[in-house]
Amino acid sequence: MSGAEAKSGKNDGALIAGIRAGDEAAMGQLYDRYSSMVYSVALRVLGDTGAAEDVLQDVFMQLWRRPEAFDSSRGQMGAWLSVIARHRAIDALRKRVPETDVTEIVVSVDPDLDDMAERSEALEKVRGALSTMPSQQRSALELAFFQGLTHSEIAKRLGEPLGTIKTRIRAGLLALRKAVAPA
Amino acid sequence: MTGHEQFADDLALYALDSLEGNERQALEQHLEQCAACRRELQLLRGDMALLSLSASGPAAPQRSRDRLLKAIAQEPKRADIETASRPLFGWLLWPASAAALVLLAVSIYLWREDVSISRQYASLQTQFNQQQSEVQHAQELLAMFTAPDAMHVTLVASQAKPQPQGKAMYLRDRGALLFMASNMNALPPQKVYELWLVPMTGTPIPAGTFKPNATGSAMVMDPPLPKGVEAKAFAVTIEAEGGSNTPTMPMVMVGSSG
Repeated sequence: MSGAEAKSGKNDGALIAGIRAGDEAAMGQLYDRYSSMVYSVALRVLGDTGAAEDVLQDVFMQLWRRPEAFDSSRGQMGAWLSVIARHRAIDALRKRVPETDVTEIVVSVDPDLDDMAERSEALEKVRGALSTMPSQQRSALELAFFQGLTHSEIAKRLGEPLGTIKTRIRAGLLALRKAVAPA
Repeated sequence: MTGHEQFADDLALYALDSLEGNERQALEQHLEQCAACRRELQLLRGDMALLSLSASGPAAPQRSRDRLLKAIAQEPKRADIETASRPLFGWLLWPASAAALVLLAVSIYLWREDVSISRQYASLQTQFNQQQSEVQHAQELLAMFTAPDAMHVTLVASQAKPQPQGKAMYLRDRGALLFMASNMNALPPQKVYELWLVPMTGTPIPAGTFKPNATGSAMVMDPPLPKGVEAKAFAVTIEAEGGSNTPTMPMVMVGSSG
């Protein structure tokens, strides 16, 4: 196997091992694999390309400086990075010091989002679930996820009781899980 | 019964960082002790990853990649630090390097043979860690509740019906409570039993809800309670599903600490 072939075939674990050893090419490869997921989330939250690029930089720099923060027990790399990116983007949006310690975040998701085909299939199912979700539920979920509003802020904005908002958000997330679950 | 059903909605908000104040504190305390809720939190974060897919948009500009690679090139190099001492003993490390290369080759081969093994391993590792944490927690609880300063209170039926019995073990300083009940009567539909800590002063504090199993047994383990509250008594009432913040009379069972 040539060096080039070995590089193109490296899995996430090997790339993380490379990053731990200071291999900049491994970092580049991991970036190429997941930067669009991270950037898309950040851009959707922040609505500003410059700010989204800052989050993108921050997330990957964090991984470069502390690759030990991620190991396979934390879940899939792509899912983990997208959750971290969303947290960082919300922190930037709300101009607050990061509250969440990334080393504590474990993400468990059934479809393999690191696999392009499975990710595309999951995306279709998620879009389908969102399109059939009651609009109030979808609004509550998106206000919490993409705007980082607290449940009381969402309740105020939508004019709904707190308990209703809580239930809608959870039910919305569970609907996504159900949508991608194997038949 | 652990009483964690009451945290179901809060868990989703917590995953989203949308939970505040006392509710956040109460949930974090509960999470320290509840492996089932920690597992559900992981799943909810997985659901968030799914939702993030819907944000799918344009690729990041090339300048971001350049910026990142330039920045990491200026960072202190880990490998340089790790290998700084090698020149003196380089020849001694040759066999180890060869072995490492062989191991790497074998690892790559094995990984290519079956990617799913690594996924299964990760999943098993997570389960193992959770189980280890549960065992450790159970051992800590056992040690706490068998300690000399643990208060043991037996609760009996407040009326002379056949023998429902509850036993509460409470550690005031840690706010830790274990309650076991037996011979409990079946509940009406959509009702639960609720356990109460009755403090020396003030109103009763909810200490978890439970439903007995087919044999009338039930347990409440380590419900979220404030630390340092001196208990005058413990009591059980019947409440609507989901529990209540104030006890509905009559008390089904009561036992004082005296």
